[in-house]
Amino acid sequence: MNDIPAEGAACPAPCAKPVLDVRRLRKSFGARKAVRGVDIAVCPGEIFGFLGPNGSGKTTTMRMLCGLLTPDGGEGHALGHDIIRESRHIRLHVGYMTQHFSLYADLTVRENLLFAARVHGLPRPARKVEQTIHELGLGAYADELAGHLSGGWKQRLALAASTLHDPHLLLLDEPTSGVDPAARRRFWDDIHALARRGMTVLVSTHYMDEAERCHRLAWFYEGRILACGGVDDIITGSGLVALEAAGEPETLTVLQRTVQAALPAAQCTWMGEKLHISVPKELRDRAECLCREYGAECATTRPRMEDVFIHLVRIQDHAAEKAEAAS
Amino acid sequence: MSRTNAARPEAPREISIMGKGGRMPGLRAFLLCLHAMVVKEFLQLLRDRVTLALIVMIPLMELVLFGYAINMNPRHLPLAVLSADNSPAGRAFVQALANTRYFDIRRLVRSEEEAETLIRSGKAQFILQIPPGFTRDVYRGLRPKLLLLADATDPVATGSAVSAVSQLAIRTLGHELAGPGRHLLAGEPPFQVVVHQRYNPAQETAINVVPGIVGIILTMTLLIFTAMAVTREVERGTMEYLLATPLTPVEIMLGKIAPYIIVGFVQMVIVLTAGHVLFGVPVVGSLALLVALTMLFIVTNLALGYTISTLARTQLQAMQMAFFIMLPSILMSGFVFPFAGMPGWARFLGEFLPLTHYLRIIRGILLKGASWADVRAEALALAVIMLTVMIVAVHRFRRTLD
Repeated sequence: MNDIPAEGAACPAPCAKPVLDVRRLRKSFGARKAVRGVDIAVCPGEIFGFLGPNGSGKTTTMRMLCGLLTPDGGEGHALGHDIIRESRHIRLHVGYMTQHFSLYADLTVRENLLFAARVHGLPRPARKVEQTIHELGLGAYADELAGHLSGGWKQRLALAASTLHDPHLLLLDEPTSGVDPAARRRFWDDIHALARRGMTVLVSTHYMDEAERCHRLAWFYEGRILACGGVDDIITGSGLVALEAAGEPETLTVLQRTVQAALPAAQCTWMGEKLHISVPKELRDRAECLCREYGAECATTRPRMEDVFIHLVRIQDHAAEKAEAAS
Repeated sequence: MSRTNAARPEAPREISIMGKGGRMPGLRAFLLCLHAMVVKEFLQLLRDRVTLALIVMIPLMELVLFGYAINMNPRHLPLAVLSADNSPAGRAFVQALANTRYFDIRRLVRSEEEAETLIRSGKAQFILQIPPGFTRDVYRGLRPKLLLLADATDPVATGSAVSAVSQLAIRTLGHELAGPGRHLLAGEPPFQVVVHQRYNPAQETAINVVPGIVGIILTMTLLIFTAMAVTREVERGTMEYLLATPLTPVEIMLGKIAPYIIVGFVQMVIVLTAGHVLFGVPVVGSLALLVALTMLFIVTNLALGYTISTLARTQLQAMQMAFFIMLPSILMSGFVFPFAGMPGWARFLGEFLPLTHYLRIIRGILLKGASWADVRAEALALAVIMLTVMIVAVHRFRRTLD
């Protein structure tokens, strides 16, 4: 795990026939390398998360998968079609929900859905729309302008519009940003319901906690995948362990500085009144020693996704520096 | 204890701008805030290169157009001569006409039909008819009549030229008649010039302006509507959604343009009906032909607007680019100022504007009863502009997201 190859972590699918299988996907915008070699394979009915900070290549990758952008390099298949040569065929069976609300604010809910239904060439669009409105409980809002809906309802509407044609593959680009927690939970329940019906879902987010709702996820950083797999696999695979130190604030402040000075590989951060320390397995004893030395109570806890991410980023940046120094 | 202090951020020192009440009183505070706002606005303005370029280009363009291209007292108007008498007096008069610089003698025609076609299609604005035996009749003192046929659809263009001609008859033949015909120079002029104002005998400006308005209105609304159409989708983020659907770029373009075709026709009907009822603008030619060619003009404008829309990044830029086309359309197409009165380079540029051709078509059909044969060349020019622009639009659109 400590050695991340230049192309990023491999991401093999845990099934024989992945719905989506792309390799070495690359894309630059001018001098900026947005995606520098991404491998992804996703199984039918899987909810696959793209996790990573802004500008890490999540959106660009997604746009390449649905034919909105042409990759500079790489190859692969989605839904049995070549992603470069046959993107038009893929698009027929893909639902894409963009990062920002991208339905028409000056059309009503019903009009927006009708447009989506017609564009996808559904037979009897009006009937399908009424059915969808009913299913999603949008009935009360059917004749509201979409622009007047609350954030949560807008998201539900956008989801409805992008799943109206029963796509085989659903791409959701940061669907829950700016949505309140209750609406977010309901949204995720909807996504899981869709996946159980056999729809394959790719969802990007920068909320760490949302990652746990995905079956598997790929961690994007600077156009590469740092880690890939289920949340537990990633945490275990990172080789990190975590401690929680409790005590007087003054004591913990000193402890924080000491740990950071003594163990550069450790991360030490405040969680409420406690200090959360994560270290690579082999440094666990030394960290515990320091805790006891300063008279702090020390308990084992689960490493957080954040810890893993920062840990991996450090390794990556370190490797990049070394490569630069070598050349 | 000191350690705890270090861990917390230091309390901010009192910031100098703030007074004791939290805000500096009076004028100084006002000026500081104003300054902040002005600097921010300037930075944003400077960042939008297209807007900045247009801020410089539009006044320059306007200056050049008004200064050099537009001529309120147009000269070099195209004239054709239908001469039944190739004799010294006739030639002298034609030469005198040319010397006024109001007229450019474009060609000599042989038959009345030919002359008629020239004036109907707008290739000539004047026809001079020299009757048979003109020189002979002058010498006999019969004071023969020369007929000057003027296309008066645009009274501004022809007015001063016509009045210049009336003066000519008195002075022209001074040289020819020196000698034996000297006595003819005294008293009444040796021949008469009869000016026949065609199409708009009462010289009503409205007759000429109303068809022009149709062209201007169509250009203005359709260009701006479509110029905004794509940029609006891009700005609101809905373009990404559209592109991810199975829609093709051509479908998106045609779908966006189609509703405005109806808008265009509604506008045409409003202007022409009002023009007919209020100003008595005639409909001499075929309405069906006009409708067909208006369709062509509408689609050309929509394609042009659509192209702008793929070039501009924001709605503001799209507006300005549309303005960049509209301004010359109003000034150089022959809508307000006579086309023939502009210098060669301006006429050349004017030929690239769809409105120039449409004005000739609609004025020709409505006022002069022009037929398909008369306006075929203009229609062809419009079609070429439309196709070129459409190809650019489709080509540009494909690349929008990449």
